[in-house]
Amino acid sequence: MTSVSLTVNGKAVTADVEPRTLLVQFLREGQRLTGTHVGCDTSQCGACVVHLDGEAVKACTTLAVQCDGRTVTTIEGLAAPGGTLHPMQAAFREHHGLQCGYCTPGMIMTAVDLVRRKGHHLDEATIRHELEGNICRCTGYHNIVKAIAAGAEAMAAEPVREAAE
Amino acid sequence: MYAFDYHRPTSVKEAVGLLTDGAKIVAGGHTLLPTMKQRLAAPESLIDLGRIPDLVGIERTPRSLTIAAMTTHGAVAESAEVKEAIPALAELAALIGDPAVRHRGTIGGSVANNDPAADYPAACLALGATILTNKRKLSSEEFFLGLFETALEEGEIVTGVSFPIPHKAAYEKFRNPASRYALVGVFVAKRPSDIRVAVTGSGSNGVFRWTEAEDALAKRFSPKSLEGMSASPDGLNSDLHADAAYRAHLIGVMARRAVQKAADR
Amino acid sequence: MTATGIGAPVRRKEDQRFITGKGRYVDDINRPGQAHACFLRSPHAHAAIRGIDAAAARAMPGVLAVLTGEDLAADKVGGLICGWMIHSKDGTPMKAGPHPALAQGKVRYVGDHVAVVVAETLNQAKDAVEAITVEYDVLTPVVETARAAGAGTTVHDEAPDNVVFNWHLGNKPEVDAAFGRAAHVVGLDIVNNRLVPNPIEPRAAVGEYDDAEEAFTLYTTSQNPHVARLVLSAFIGIAPENKLRVVAPDVGGGFGSKIFIYAEETVCVWAAKKVGRPVKWTCDRTEAFLCDAHGRDHVTRAEMALDEGGKILGLKVHTIANLGAYLSTFASSVPTYLYAPLLSGQYNIPAIYCEVDGVYTNTAPVDAYRGAGRPEATFVIERIVEVAARQLGQDPARFRRRNYVRSFPHQTPVIMNYDCGDYGASLDKALEIADVKGFPKRRRESARTGKLRGLGYSSYIEACGIAPSQAVGALGAGVGLWESAEVRVNPTGSIEVLTGSHSHGQGHETTFAQLVSDRLGVPIDSVTIVHGDTDKVQFGMGTYGSRSGAVGMSAIAKAIDKVIAKGRKVAAYVLEAGEGDIEFKDGRFGVAGTDRSLAFGEVALQAYVAHKFSGADLEPGLKEGAFYDPTNFTFPAGMHICELEVDPETGHVTIARFTAVDDFGTVINPMIVEGQVHGGIAQGVGQALYEGAVYDADGQLVTASFMDYRMPRAEDFPSFAVGMTVTPCPSNPLGIKGCGEAGAIAAPAAVMNALTDALGHEGIAMPATPLAVWRAAQASRPQPLAAE
Repeated sequence: MTSVSLTVNGKAVTADVEPRTLLVQFLREGQRLTGTHVGCDTSQCGACVVHLDGEAVKACTTLAVQCDGRTVTTIEGLAAPGGTLHPMQAAFREHHGLQCGYCTPGMIMTAVDLVRRKGHHLDEATIRHELEGNICRCTGYHNIVKAIAAGAEAMAAEPVREAAE
Repeated sequence: MYAFDYHRPTSVKEAVGLLTDGAKIVAGGHTLLPTMKQRLAAPESLIDLGRIPDLVGIERTPRSLTIAAMTTHGAVAESAEVKEAIPALAELAALIGDPAVRHRGTIGGSVANNDPAADYPAACLALGATILTNKRKLSSEEFFLGLFETALEEGEIVTGVSFPIPHKAAYEKFRNPASRYALVGVFVAKRPSDIRVAVTGSGSNGVFRWTEAEDALAKRFSPKSLEGMSASPDGLNSDLHADAAYRAHLIGVMARRAVQKAADR
Repeated sequence: MTATGIGAPVRRKEDQRFITGKGRYVDDINRPGQAHACFLRSPHAHAAIRGIDAAAARAMPGVLAVLTGEDLAADKVGGLICGWMIHSKDGTPMKAGPHPALAQGKVRYVGDHVAVVVAETLNQAKDAVEAITVEYDVLTPVVETARAAGAGTTVHDEAPDNVVFNWHLGNKPEVDAAFGRAAHVVGLDIVNNRLVPNPIEPRAAVGEYDDAEEAFTLYTTSQNPHVARLVLSAFIGIAPENKLRVVAPDVGGGFGSKIFIYAEETVCVWAAKKVGRPVKWTCDRTEAFLCDAHGRDHVTRAEMALDEGGKILGLKVHTIANLGAYLSTFASSVPTYLYAPLLSGQYNIPAIYCEVDGVYTNTAPVDAYRGAGRPEATFVIERIVEVAARQLGQDPARFRRRNYVRSFPHQTPVIMNYDCGDYGASLDKALEIADVKGFPKRRRESARTGKLRGLGYSSYIEACGIAPSQAVGALGAGVGLWESAEVRVNPTGSIEVLTGSHSHGQGHETTFAQLVSDRLGVPIDSVTIVHGDTDKVQFGMGTYGSRSGAVGMSAIAKAIDKVIAKGRKVAAYVLEAGEGDIEFKDGRFGVAGTDRSLAFGEVALQAYVAHKFSGADLEPGLKEGAFYDPTNFTFPAGMHICELEVDPETGHVTIARFTAVDDFGTVINPMIVEGQVHGGIAQGVGQALYEGAVYDADGQLVTASFMDYRMPRAEDFPSFAVGMTVTPCPSNPLGIKGCGEAGAIAAPAAVMNALTDALGHEGIAMPATPLAVWRAAQASRPQPLAAE
């Protein structure tokens, strides 16, 4: 067992973990943050995307011990403390960017990271290209793309909330 | 995943000291961890290079660009210095995996693993990069020995890669439709001394130089010089997604497109 | 239309929990004392098991049990079943071999279940699985669909030549006569590629046994928990239905693959009692590739007879359908009754004959996948119609229009009685949206850059809401295909609707609530949809075959009618009027011709307090249930048009435009319906261009992860252009036809018709990967730059 201390969704967490514990297992089993999902074994589907020090990473391909001393934000940490949805979350609902909901947390976390890197005015081709590491089987991506474009614009209007990151 | 011991050294020296039999180095972990998850690799210990400050960074000199081993693909892709000095290298980094993978995957991990479908080996070979280790400097030809095989010796760790800045360069990649690795990747570099064409994703023995194309381009650096040319299918991989003939053809197509892109710069 | 009523694009009620990470999927459920299961799977496609030595595994740390097929047999646990009996054309019943949840004597495909380890942790279970030694006698596998019959090696002794059934439909002499007088005969060989459904949520199960109640609970990723309970009780014999609760909470997509009752779920619930602990299993993606039921996998020869001018006279189809190593839950119905009855397409075809050989192979079981039989039928008819038009030198759209069914009802020669439709209207609208007029110009532009551009049509028809139960029973179904609903009005007027349908992405919590809100005039937020738990909902048939709207909502509508009827009675007492004078309008019960009325909630309260009527006259309470059995299938239909561009140098295909015009009858929520169309199109394009499950000659699955199985990605598509036409369905009270599968049914033919149009020849099969397209492009002639 190895001790890890990290910040998860703004809260300090310390735990003893086996070194082989993946970040996604740490979050789901250890922290009961089950919004981060596992959809493949090959780091491709993106259902497990979280932010590590503000950058999108695949929690299925990151060890919990590698996150010692760092900051993790999951889908549960995206909304404001009072429960007000993050603009990207709201955009996914408004534009029907989800059906079964399983890939959704990873999509939203990827989308927020995309806005951080590429800004608020995203064209369709950019969004589609940037979703290379997120697979959705329900939506045909059509409304996800619309949601991300709208969410990115909405984020420009909102004061940036980076505290949790 | 089988159990293992985990070490997080803060210096290369400390890392080397931990590098015993049965130990494996983890850089970005995007090849190693999936393999371990499938129980296809069972290292006794993992040495995480993620907290060694010396191993991160990009350094530009008038004639070269040196990228430290733990610099992520994302950092290379976004780096203003890389984009300015060798734009093709930034473009190549932006074609590796996906955004989340690029936030973890590193140049050192990529070259040390020498996956035959990885992108960086093509850039190294075409640009004539020097692979820097804790012990020595190796040319790319010396370093890349074959499938997942490099010249790294016991106790040796890749610390960086130094790229001479070419006149012009470009990378064209035809992705494996499923895995997104290179089905065929061709890096073309017009260097002060010569022209090099390196091919990844195709060779049954890993990355290689396409010398016929280099000779043709030496006469004139134009896609027209490669018109109608395709690589020899001998020694190329055949799998579900591409047989050797298709790969041989695509090498020609990607090379022409890369030359065009480089020439347009 | 109100803001939340029928026809409104109401934002989904269920989304709040999904976008905040609070969805509750099976793998999110952990029970106290839970142990973990890991399966030992066959590495061989076909082998006899000589012995299993689990002694070392049993002695390993944390191991609670190692169980094999012998243990199942000792406990008299029955095998998995196929719930649809098919008879061969000679009248003999299909030849089904046994399907034990853990192998007994033989393994029949790579991934077949040999043993299970239950241990304290998943890692311990995995460690122990590696310590089990199995002695196999490896046998020659049967892999190829077309060569399975009489392959010389036998998958099941019950079917010595590997043929499960040789079934037929239609009138052969009439078809032979049609071909005899035909001016043109067009033939086509078709492979409908094998697909892996791949919902992004892998299957999972938690089995639990309550010693005090002597009752089981199974949390499972199911599209139809009641059917799972029925099969686990009545056939597998886990426990009587009253002692078995099946819960399917949030389920992350199904596409058919979560209809079936699989080995793993069965073993988890059985093992829970054996080890005295809850037992959890979560599938990893490679296990899903190996063991989830696959879809499609047909090899077909089709021939069409036409008169001089291009009128279709007859259609003759022979299909070999790969059913895999075992008959999955509904496997036999998919290539028979869900397939051949759709071969008439949107066309008036006087004579059709279809013969289907269902074969066993040493591959994963094949069962329903989005569309189930109907995509295969649509692909046959839409490809051969396209080829016929080309061979006759006719415009494919005009050729189709000429042969469309125009008057309804229309009886096809293959069972179906089309109740309504306007195929020409869908075609007109699609031609306009797709700007087909501008295509020649776009094609010339592509040609200038060395690209090949093509346009392809698909006039699909499908059949949803499979029913009536009496009819499907006569065709061999083991169950009825009605749906149930219960509308429970609470004293304060809030409402719970219990439905036997199951939502795993379809948005029932919203659309069903829209119906209730619309009909009862109550706010949508006061309506809660309850589904997915056999302890809450009495019975139901689940969600598949685009049936939840047409059948599930019709049941709710029926129950609502009963609630209103009861409400009138209550209101009559309260308002001291005759029941016949009570009108229900805009959420109020009023006395006709007066201003005296009661809000719906007031009537609900009166129903429960029961102060205004005597128990001798009227029962208190306001709760009504209904079972709805449709009178016919529904027939959604439409026109999809694909326009694509081929880079002949690399074989890369770009979908330039995709237009879908669908007639789904009455639409409850257009936003959700369009979303269903989008997702279906992506899966259909995926089948055409990207996806294919490939086994090698040894029966090893080559495409066992996303590294080799090419999933559709965002970058593969343009935004889709979606339109609708409406002919309300006369066969159910709401006029709904169903929309869940249309895209997956229509798109493959549209794409392949476009691709063959671009290539200028028919020599390419699905999936048209870059390699295949590049090869095929070698045989293409450059497209003329001149105007067409």
